[in-house]
Amino acid sequence: MKKIINDPGDVVPEMIDGLVRAYPQYVTRIPETEAVVRSDKASMDGKVGIVSGGGSGHEPAHPGFVGKGMLSAAVAGQVFTSPTPDQIYEAIKAVNTGKGVFLIIKNYSGDVMNFDMASDMAELDDIPVKSIIVDDDIAVEDSLYTQGRRGVAGTVIMHKIVGAAADQGASLAEIEKLAKEVLPHINTIAVALSAATVPEVGKPGFELADDEIEYGVGIHSEPGYRREKIKTSRKLVEELVSKIDSELKLDAGHKYAVLVNGMGATPLMEQYVFSHDLLDELAKKKIVPAFMKVGNYMTSIDMAGISLTIFDLVDEKWLDYLNYPVETIAW
Amino acid sequence: MITVEIVDKWMELFYQKISEQKAYLSELDTPIGDGDHGNNMMRGMQGVKDGLAKLSEPDLKLTFKTIAMSLISKVGGAAGPLYGTAFLEMAKNCEETQEPAELFKLALEGIKKRGGATTGDKTMIDVWAPVVDALAAASLSVEKVKEAAEGTRDLVAKKGRASYLGERSVGHLDPGAVSSQYLFESFIAAGGIK
Repeated sequence: MKKIINDPGDVVPEMIDGLVRAYPQYVTRIPETEAVVRSDKASMDGKVGIVSGGGSGHEPAHPGFVGKGMLSAAVAGQVFTSPTPDQIYEAIKAVNTGKGVFLIIKNYSGDVMNFDMASDMAELDDIPVKSIIVDDDIAVEDSLYTQGRRGVAGTVIMHKIVGAAADQGASLAEIEKLAKEVLPHINTIAVALSAATVPEVGKPGFELADDEIEYGVGIHSEPGYRREKIKTSRKLVEELVSKIDSELKLDAGHKYAVLVNGMGATPLMEQYVFSHDLLDELAKKKIVPAFMKVGNYMTSIDMAGISLTIFDLVDEKWLDYLNYPVETIAW
Repeated sequence: MITVEIVDKWMELFYQKISEQKAYLSELDTPIGDGDHGNNMMRGMQGVKDGLAKLSEPDLKLTFKTIAMSLISKVGGAAGPLYGTAFLEMAKNCEETQEPAELFKLALEGIKKRGGATTGDKTMIDVWAPVVDALAAASLSVEKVKEAAEGTRDLVAKKGRASYLGERSVGHLDPGAVSSQYLFESFIAAGGIK
C-alpha cells in the first residue's frame, strides 16, 4: 500500500480537518464530530435542512457538496463505514431552523440503520425528519433476497435537486414528495479497472488481472455482474449505455441529464475520452443531453473505473434545479 | 441471573477476544464484506472498556446503557446499530428481569427489528436465535455457540453487503455471526449461565 497518509486510523479526522481549513468559506466542522456544516449559516434560515453522509472514501462526496443551494451538512463515517447515529444527530440539530430536516441516505444496511436511529433521536427532540433512500445502481437486481439496489453516484444528483428546492423555500413535505418522484429516474452503472484499498486494511478489496475489467462494481468494491478483458472506451460505453437503456428505455423525445463520474484513480483525460464516445453513442439514439457533468463526484478511494448516471428529466423543473447556482467545494 | 459483576467480566473477556481476533474478523469480512469488521468491533470495545471504567456505582441498567451507547457511537456500519440495539433492549428491560434467556430474547427481537433480517439470512441472528433457544431449554454450551456460527458457512447471504454475492457467499463464515460467537463464549466464561 502506497498512500499519502499518517496513521491509517487518523485518515478521516485529518481529512476533515484539512478540508474545513482549506475551504473555510464553504464549510465548518461541527465540534467533536466528523461532520461539516455550511459556514454561511444565514443561508439556512427559514429553510429545510438537508443532511447527507456515509462512509468516507467517496470524496468529494459528501462534504464537497455542502453549501448554499445544496447540502446543509454532511456526516463522514470511517472509511467505507457508515457514520454513527450520535454524529448524524448532531448534524440534524446543527441545520434545523424550525422547518425540519431531510436526510439523503444511500441504500446500504449500515447507513439505513444509523440514519434511522438518528431520526429516532431527533423525533424525541421534536425535530421533524423525513428521508429518502437512494438506490440508483442498476447492476443489482432489486430482489427480496438481497439488500436491494445500492446508492452510488446518482446520489449527488439527488443532493443537487433537493438542495435547490430547499433553497427556494420548499417545505419538508414538498421535498419528500420531490425526492420520491425523482428517485426512479436516476440510474447508474459502473465499470471497474482495479479495486480500492482501504487504508486500515492495506490491500485491494478484490483482485482483477492487469487486463481485466468488471462491470457493475459498487463504490465499496461490491461485486459486479460480469468480468472480461479490457476493451476500448467505445465498447465500454456501448455496454454501459445498453445496460441503462434496458432499464430506462432511452427515448429521443425525452430530456436527459448525464453524469460521467471517475471512481478515484481514473484520469480526467480518460473520462473525457469516455464522454466523447458516450455522446456519439447517445447521438445514434438522437439524444443530446440537456445537462452534463464529467469528473470525480462519488469516488471509491483509489479504484480505477468510471460510472455513468443518466437522469430522465421527466419534469422540466428538474433541469432548473440542476442549473440552480450553488456555493460548494465540488459541484 | 445477570449481575453487574458478570457483565463487567463478560465485557472484559469479550474485549480480550476481539483484541486477539481483530485481524481474523476483518479477514472473514474481506471476501463477503469490506474487510473491516474486526477494526470496527475493536473501536467499539475500546469505547465500552473506557465507558465502563468511568462508571462509579454498580448499576445494571446504566452498565447496559453504557455498553449500548459506546457501541452505537463507536462501531459504525451495520454492526454498531445492531449490537447497540441489543444492549439497549437489555438496558430497557433489565429492571423487570435479569434472566439471560429473557433478556437475550428481547435483544434478539431488537436486532431483527433494526436490521430486518431473520433466521437463515446468514447474519448474527443465526447465532443469536439458537443461543436464545438453548438458554430457554437450559442447554446452552460453548459447543452449541460455535456450531451455530459454523452453520452460517453453508447459508446464502440475504442481508447486508454479502447479499450482493448471492450464491457466491456460500462457503464463507458470516463475520457478525463469528463476533456474536465470541460474545456468547465470553458470556459463558464470565459465569453467565451458572
